[in-house]
Amino acid sequence: MDMKFLEIFNGKKIAISSRWLDAMIASYPNDNSGFLMNQKDRFANPVGYTFTTGIEGIIEVLVKGEDFSESVSFLEDIIKVRAIQDFTPAKAMAFVFQLKTIVREELGKEIRQNQIYDGLLDFESKIDDLALTAFDIYVKYREQIYELRTDELKRMTFSLLKKANLMSEIPDQEVEHKDQK
Amino acid sequence: MAPKVKLPKPEELAKIEFKTPATDWMDTPVEFKPGTFCWGSKEKDLLTLGLPNPRQWSPADEDWKVPEGWETTILEGMAERLSKYRSFKIFMDICVRCGACADKCHFYIATGDPKNMPVLRAELIRSVYKKYFTKSGKFLGRLAGARELDMDVLKEWWSYFFQCTECRRCSVFCPYGIDQAEVTIIGRELLNLVGLNIDWISGPVANCYMKGNHLGLEPHAIAGNIESMVDDIEDITGIRVNPTFNRKGAEILFVTPSGDLLGEPGIQTCMGYLMLFHELGLDYTWSTYASEGGNFGFFTSNDMAKRLNYKIYAEAKRLGVKYIIGGECGHMWRVLNQYMDTWHGPADFLEVPVSPITGTVFENAKSTKMIHISEFTADLIKHNKLNLDPTRNDHLKVTFHDSCNPSRGMGLLDEPREIIKAVCNNFYEMPENTIREKTFCCGAGSGLNASENMEQRMRGGFPRANAVKYVQEKHGVNMLANICAVDRAHFPALMDYWNPGVGVTGVTELLANALVMKGEKERTTNLRFEDLPGKGGNE
Repeated sequence: MDMKFLEIFNGKKIAISSRWLDAMIASYPNDNSGFLMNQKDRFANPVGYTFTTGIEGIIEVLVKGEDFSESVSFLEDIIKVRAIQDFTPAKAMAFVFQLKTIVREELGKEIRQNQIYDGLLDFESKIDDLALTAFDIYVKYREQIYELRTDELKRMTFSLLKKANLMSEIPDQEVEHKDQK
Repeated sequence: MAPKVKLPKPEELAKIEFKTPATDWMDTPVEFKPGTFCWGSKEKDLLTLGLPNPRQWSPADEDWKVPEGWETTILEGMAERLSKYRSFKIFMDICVRCGACADKCHFYIATGDPKNMPVLRAELIRSVYKKYFTKSGKFLGRLAGARELDMDVLKEWWSYFFQCTECRRCSVFCPYGIDQAEVTIIGRELLNLVGLNIDWISGPVANCYMKGNHLGLEPHAIAGNIESMVDDIEDITGIRVNPTFNRKGAEILFVTPSGDLLGEPGIQTCMGYLMLFHELGLDYTWSTYASEGGNFGFFTSNDMAKRLNYKIYAEAKRLGVKYIIGGECGHMWRVLNQYMDTWHGPADFLEVPVSPITGTVFENAKSTKMIHISEFTADLIKHNKLNLDPTRNDHLKVTFHDSCNPSRGMGLLDEPREIIKAVCNNFYEMPENTIREKTFCCGAGSGLNASENMEQRMRGGFPRANAVKYVQEKHGVNMLANICAVDRAHFPALMDYWNPGVGVTGVTELLANALVMKGEKERTTNLRFEDLPGKGGNE
């Protein structure tokens, strides 16, 4: 990636993180008391903590200009939370794209002065990749919600079905004995 | 031809308004989105219980089919409860909106929805109280925080009183001691007057009323399930335990939630009880009549809870036992510890519980004559009466979740910890502000452990899971121990979502795995038929 772009990005990373967090929190319009932002205890405010650490983590990886795979776990933490809150898929995922606007606005002047539009485009392509990964994660967790329901049903009923001889299972040990012979 | 749909242009799509305008809470009606609410109560269950307004209905429908004149029914119900329960009247009048409770509710923490702040959840009902029962509200209306009772308000009550798990964490922080659980309890009672309950509560209540337990297990099924556990215990230990059912003249009656009789990991906890009692040679019996320790009537109304609770003392009297031991359960203990004696006491036909092994007199249960399995077991351990091999649990790194009702409701904080420390070598506490009296609810208590509201459960349980994540990352914790049947049913799903790799166990299961029984064969597996560390052939 363009080194000059990364340098400028690095210089503004705190402002960018903070605006990105603001944008994320703005998707909770009912949070009038500012709880999500102000309560700093990670156990008293797990949502705020997850977002703050997640955003900082993703920005740090992006600033390095390397592969973004290191940021996937942060992305995953954030999306896991948003996947079970009252959001449509678009609203749950919008935060990834908001980063583009924020970076353009924060770095616009420097980009114009230094003529590093290519650097910006490279960076935006990275965000697109990040967004694609984010969709995979979102769908994975939405699907898991439905799996949890079926797993729960199995836990409740499997032993009964076995007992009623409606289902049977080959015990592990028998397979092992065959292996040993 | 397919209807023409106008697709938005890319630039239109990009103009998503992220900040929706916040409206005043009184002007924000509830939306019912699938995954976030439980099904409504079924007609057949309300008919069985003789509850008002039995009919088929769905919370997702516009028309909830409430009877004509329902407003009068609710307001009269409120008036009756205001005069009957002084606590309710005080809780309506005394709140100063200091906000100490506001950010203590797990549902609020996870959703940011202000109506999940305990103060505002109470205000949902308080605003109606003001309108019809106070002068300021009658004259000043909305200026005084009062509002009319209408269908939107009723739906809002239903939504939010079935989003409160009655865990009482907020009341720990309230300087006035306002107990939001009691406000929710009254709210649910009022809703029940017009036939508004949830299926996951009214179904189990109807089962319990007809068959003696929430799952609707009939006597042969109870005996059969326990017999199959006895077979498994014999396979694992070489010892055949001999539980008895409905035996008159036994010293002790044992009552546990029916969740322990069906489904994993409840049954392993139940196997633990069977093994422990056998090892002690305890003179005890199961009952197929008093076959439910839990009480979902408690989530319906005071009268219903009382009705379902009756059988415990009745059965103790019929069998002629001396006292009662109860299994690992949450709300069961709030009912037994704080209500049973008032409803059906004094149990003067019973004796103050005395451990036949250690001679300890359980003075704390002097009146109810019923003790918790954890206090009974912790006492055995304190007196060194059990032969334990904690290395059998060496593959486990355990943390303990304080269930809301035993911890906040009856102060049972140290007993389960003493047991865990005696049977496991690796025990790690979660952070201080998430355990003991300040424990976070599992997110599915008070009848909210249905599967249709899975999203809601994942939200409600997030603060708890977040604390588990901390010890999982810091200490490698892989087992979440608890003393509650709802925990055992709900946590496996919660852990799968938030903290994959963390299992769920009852404390008595851990104990039974470590318990060296007289005459047992060398164990190679634990109660889940998994290889023991260093003993299995599959490593």
